[in-house]
Amino acid sequence: MAKVPVQFTLNGSEEAEFIDSGTTLLNALRDKIGDTSPKGGCHQGTCGACSVIIDGELRLSCLTLAETCSGAAITTLSGLSESGVLHPLQRAFLDTFATQCGFCTPGMIIAAKVLLDHTPNPSRDEVVEALSGNICRCTGYEPIIQAVLTAARANSQNAA
Amino acid sequence: MAIRRGRGVAAINYPTGMNLGGDPTQALVHSTPTGNFMVTLSSVDLGQGMKQIMAQICAETIGVPTDRVVVDTADTDTGPHCMGTFASRGTHRAGNAVIQAAKEARQVMLEVAAEELEVNASDLETDGQGNILVKGAPQKSISIFDVALSAHFKRGRSISGRGMFLIPRSYPEKETGAMKPSTCYAHACTVAEVEVDDETGEVTVLTVKNVFEIGRALNPKMVEQQLVGGSWMGISHALYETTEPYYPNRDNGGTDFNQYLMPGPGDLAETEIIVLERPSADGPYGAKGPGEMCANPQIPAVANAVFDAVGVRIDTLPITPERILRALKAQAAS
Repeated sequence: MAKVPVQFTLNGSEEAEFIDSGTTLLNALRDKIGDTSPKGGCHQGTCGACSVIIDGELRLSCLTLAETCSGAAITTLSGLSESGVLHPLQRAFLDTFATQCGFCTPGMIIAAKVLLDHTPNPSRDEVVEALSGNICRCTGYEPIIQAVLTAARANSQNAA
Repeated sequence: MAIRRGRGVAAINYPTGMNLGGDPTQALVHSTPTGNFMVTLSSVDLGQGMKQIMAQICAETIGVPTDRVVVDTADTDTGPHCMGTFASRGTHRAGNAVIQAAKEARQVMLEVAAEELEVNASDLETDGQGNILVKGAPQKSISIFDVALSAHFKRGRSISGRGMFLIPRSYPEKETGAMKPSTCYAHACTVAEVEVDDETGEVTVLTVKNVFEIGRALNPKMVEQQLVGGSWMGISHALYETTEPYYPNRDNGGTDFNQYLMPGPGDLAETEIIVLERPSADGPYGAKGPGEMCANPQIPAVANAVFDAVGVRIDTLPITPERILRALKAQAAS
């Protein structure tokens, strides 16, 4: 079968690949481009581990065909730290012990980033709502909720 | 028809590891030429933080900062033998093996330092910061970096140690069946408060208050993390999770996350964790296994709370609305 060209911006860098038609963005990112930060938990859109940001919106990369992303700007967890300095959300996840096995963490942080991009000072309920598409086995969620609230506070203090 | 409130309590003791067939874990420790220490294990870090704990245990025993220790786990082709990470045994078994290996390595390290300083090895102590000092005369000292260089390039010594922790197999007494399946027990007690809708059978957990007795908490923040997650998982087991809702009939089992129910971030009960530290006699620096036991007491506590609320005993998990409604119906009929 003929390969399909796809070109998009990934974490600020241009990426161009030839992929099999029907390849999910998740598989293209992990297997073709080598960005393994989005995780394949369920491959059916129920766990949130593969979450990425496409043109500013939260998306499940396992339910997105790579060929529909041509021209898009895609952000994954790999793109959050800058010059080795952790993003405030990454810092907060570390500081509040919000990760154990770590498999859900990329999706959680991406979902939280989209929330904070739109709602810099979310209420607890808004955080819960934003994380409700992401499954975690280990933490019981409370440390993750606290991490997002901590990062939001840190952001607003920096902005002030 | 009404929302009814109930409160239940349950207490458990939970074995750390099991020795039904003998339960060994081995560890190897060696220094690099620059005085960092490598712990080699076949034990697996599942995300509970075993690598961090083993690094702490090795560092504490040898007398170096934790960041001077690298832990390599989970290659059974090349690592020393481990029975595995299960039965809450990782910290206890591997930790004891690491202490033994680290003690042997420390002894070699002190012997090399003694040769360099021209003193007796028994007169030396470590400062925990990467230096070896003469007791009572700390101005006479040598860095572990220099000791490792000397061992490797001058003295021809391997700063290394072997560790083996084995709880021997316990056989039942023929007459009574009595045996000793474990040497170390953690304990917990939970009080759960629930609301039960006696029209729909739905249970809402309002509060979960847990006390855990887990020996020495070698890393208190990681222990707390484990216990908070475990408490939530216990509630999840009590009310939601099963692969076979009509066991032994396999029908209607969840096959994906759409059907296999777990509470999400919007379903959290108010949770309280209290840790009691009573160091165990045979644990590494007094630790016990907190891994699995932390998700146990919530289950009978919720079952008791449901009984307190609506007067029916549910003895099959999970405690689903269907099971509660069937029990209420049977209760009304009798």
